[in-house]
Amino acid sequence: MATADIHIGEDASHHDEHDHAHDDNFFSKYLFSTDHKMIAKQFLVTGIFWALIGGSLSVIFRLQLGFPDMDLSFLKPILGSWIDTQGKIDPEFYLALVTMHGTIMVFFVLTAGLSGTFSNFLIPLQIGARDMASGFMNMLSYWFFFLSSVIMFVSLFIETGPASGGWVIYPPLSALPKAMSGSGLGMTLWLVAMVFFIVSTLLGGVNYVSTIINMRTKGMSFTRLPLTIWAFFLTAIIGLLSFPVLFAAALLLVFDRSFGTSFYLSDIYIAGEALPNQGGSPILFQHLFWFLGHPEVYIVLLPALGLTSEIISTNSRKPIFGYKAMIGSMLGIAFLSFIVWAHHMFVTGMNPFLGSIFMLLTLIIAVPSAVKVFNYLTTLWRGNLVFTPAMLFSIGLVSFFISGGLTGLHLGNAAVDIQLHDTYFVVAHFHLVMGSAAFFGMLAGVYHWFPKMYGRMMDAKLGYVHFWLTFIGVYMVFFPMHYIGIAGFPRRYYSFTNFDTFNSFTDLNTFVSIAAIVTFSAQFVFLFNFFYSIWRGRKAPQNPWNSNTLEWTAPVDAGHGNWPGEIPTVYRWPYDYGKPGAEDDFIPQHIPYSATPESNLPIENEMAKEENLTETGQEGAIQVDETK
Amino acid sequence: MSSVTAIKKDSIWSGGQSPMKASYGKLMMWFFLLSDAFTFSGLLITYGMIRFRHLAFDAETMGEFAFSREYWPIPEEVFQAVPFLHGVSAPLVFVGIMTFVLILSSVTMVLAVEAGQRMDKKAVEKWMLWTLVGGITFLGCQAWEWSHFIHGTENGLDLTGDGIGDFFGANLTFNEYGPSNFAALFFFITGFHGTHVFSGVVLNYIVYYNTVTGVYERRGHYEMVEKVGLYWHFVDLVWVFVFTFFYLV
Repeated sequence: MATADIHIGEDASHHDEHDHAHDDNFFSKYLFSTDHKMIAKQFLVTGIFWALIGGSLSVIFRLQLGFPDMDLSFLKPILGSWIDTQGKIDPEFYLALVTMHGTIMVFFVLTAGLSGTFSNFLIPLQIGARDMASGFMNMLSYWFFFLSSVIMFVSLFIETGPASGGWVIYPPLSALPKAMSGSGLGMTLWLVAMVFFIVSTLLGGVNYVSTIINMRTKGMSFTRLPLTIWAFFLTAIIGLLSFPVLFAAALLLVFDRSFGTSFYLSDIYIAGEALPNQGGSPILFQHLFWFLGHPEVYIVLLPALGLTSEIISTNSRKPIFGYKAMIGSMLGIAFLSFIVWAHHMFVTGMNPFLGSIFMLLTLIIAVPSAVKVFNYLTTLWRGNLVFTPAMLFSIGLVSFFISGGLTGLHLGNAAVDIQLHDTYFVVAHFHLVMGSAAFFGMLAGVYHWFPKMYGRMMDAKLGYVHFWLTFIGVYMVFFPMHYIGIAGFPRRYYSFTNFDTFNSFTDLNTFVSIAAIVTFSAQFVFLFNFFYSIWRGRKAPQNPWNSNTLEWTAPVDAGHGNWPGEIPTVYRWPYDYGKPGAEDDFIPQHIPYSATPESNLPIENEMAKEENLTETGQEGAIQVDETK
Repeated sequence: MSSVTAIKKDSIWSGGQSPMKASYGKLMMWFFLLSDAFTFSGLLITYGMIRFRHLAFDAETMGEFAFSREYWPIPEEVFQAVPFLHGVSAPLVFVGIMTFVLILSSVTMVLAVEAGQRMDKKAVEKWMLWTLVGGITFLGCQAWEWSHFIHGTENGLDLTGDGIGDFFGANLTFNEYGPSNFAALFFFITGFHGTHVFSGVVLNYIVYYNTVTGVYERRGHYEMVEKVGLYWHFVDLVWVFVFTFFYLV
């Protein structure tokens, strides 16, 4: 049967010493909840916390890059001896900063914070289910993530510093504890944290996929699923297939680090002395890592694209253009994501013929991506645009997706990549197309579904301020980086000023750093808005954006189980916006065709005849006449 | 009870039912196994890649086979011991028995699942017990195999060239059979598989226990047997690949 094993009203205390069956206590409601809505909020708040940490790390290294002569002694209370006596950041700690910034942003914010939040929140609500297939596993998924977060957070504060070998942790740097201080305990904690993170992702992913397949409400076929759900579905599948490979790679690395094996090590000399390790291959790690690493890019991006599809269609008051093309292109992206990984490795001495195959496959991704962009633009075209903050952030995503995607075409070419590899051009590219785009998708999602999450509205004016500062700021930060990168400056270098060639970029770097600080500060507008609105925001109506999807048919303060009565049945696709002849400019998914004869297409009139509706007229149910 | 019900000649995928005729628990197990298959694939690809970074033994140019750190050993020469038959060379016999035991335990698992579908409690108990016996026997065999591998042969590896063995057995960094990664990969991959078998035995025991105490009879179905059955077959299938990589090629 396609029902969840949950029982409304008795979801709380399974530990029965205290006998309050209908009354959630603090622990069962906020900490060990099995309600997908609460788990989503747990992911969101943890994700926001991590975004703050990740963002502040970037501001610290931007200070170093933009103001190399600045006295940073004022950071001593936080960073301690990582700031030396001259007020300079320790060069090794600089590497730790970029490593942790990358790790935190990619995994903890844009994977767990984005996918964890919105997959959990929206899947049951939009497909019409009472909860996830297994609420318990869902809870475990969060708590493994939490455990992973704690370990990663602790690693920031240990004496030898957190992992410093880059977020890609290439051996031998990461495999030899004596290579640098960050490769010691910090690296061990990084690996342990990531193992728990992978467990969390798998628990979540298995749940998302099974829920979407098995627990859709009546009438919710795959071709009536909102594009958000399609995106979460494919994201979860990508995660299920790629994270285990990182798991294998990480375990092998643990053995190399701690138990003397040589899976990734061969022919290494430290201070003129040969290490005993023979026969391994560091390139092997890169293959295993990027087999996860590249799909990971789409794990980050697809949910954001899904959220955007929904928001743009709703706020254009138009059906999404090319619904099936959107699904097709997401399927295409998901499939291609597994066979392009070696484009990260063009300069590893790989066979150029193999390189040209990976180049071809990589460039093919431009096709489904362009289909998506085209469909976003054509959905917006001549729509009755409603510029909510969520809509602005979605349009911002499309903008970043275009401008960052174009540079992807350059980087995908093996010949061009040899010049640009590991320069700031790459940094600019992926921060726009994957970092900022996914981040904007996440913010758009928060603005759009906040009323559903907390029953209150966020302040739109603050949202506009937040949007414009962030949108302009992101371009100010990342656009100049293209020039620095084309000039050949490598990423992860501590200092520009040590090289005469790059001295002329000092001003540009100062500019980037100022823009980064302004952009980061703008996020506090959001933070204030978010937390203030949770408690003090305007009370939200049930369907504030006049949206079609099922979550807006649930009551504002939906309890565990989402709908108090029967789960609504679905009769149509989710994008009936602005349908000619219709009374309103939207027709929710649970309205049968037989109830809307004025706007039906001929084929829909035929379908209306097949809808056999029996009705007992419960409160809140749809009032429909029988048609047979 | 229902407010609005649509009775339509819909496809099985149109919602309101399980389109794959499987409960969500079974689906989850399938997706977990898919994911776990990728972990093992990663490990076996690692094996392949490292294996081909080393020379293979070539009888024409290298003469008679002897253990050497210069080339990858021939599996028949490494795995040829059988308990209680000291000094007898029986290549791959013992591991063949192990494999046979594990495959038999898959057969008994099938019988347990089938008995569960008939709601035959006694038969489920019997076949789960046999499956447990098979799993534990496999683990025991693996323990012996590892122990023999770790302690090594009498001759050992001659490092100094004086005809007398200097290093015996294997650990994660050094072994008498061949390049260091030969033993490291053996320990890692068969160990990772053995951990899976061990988890399977624990799960099988829990299911056996629940069967005996009548949990599933009261529940009205033996689906848990099917779920651990899926896992058990998967572990079995993975062993076939591990066996192929380490012992046959």
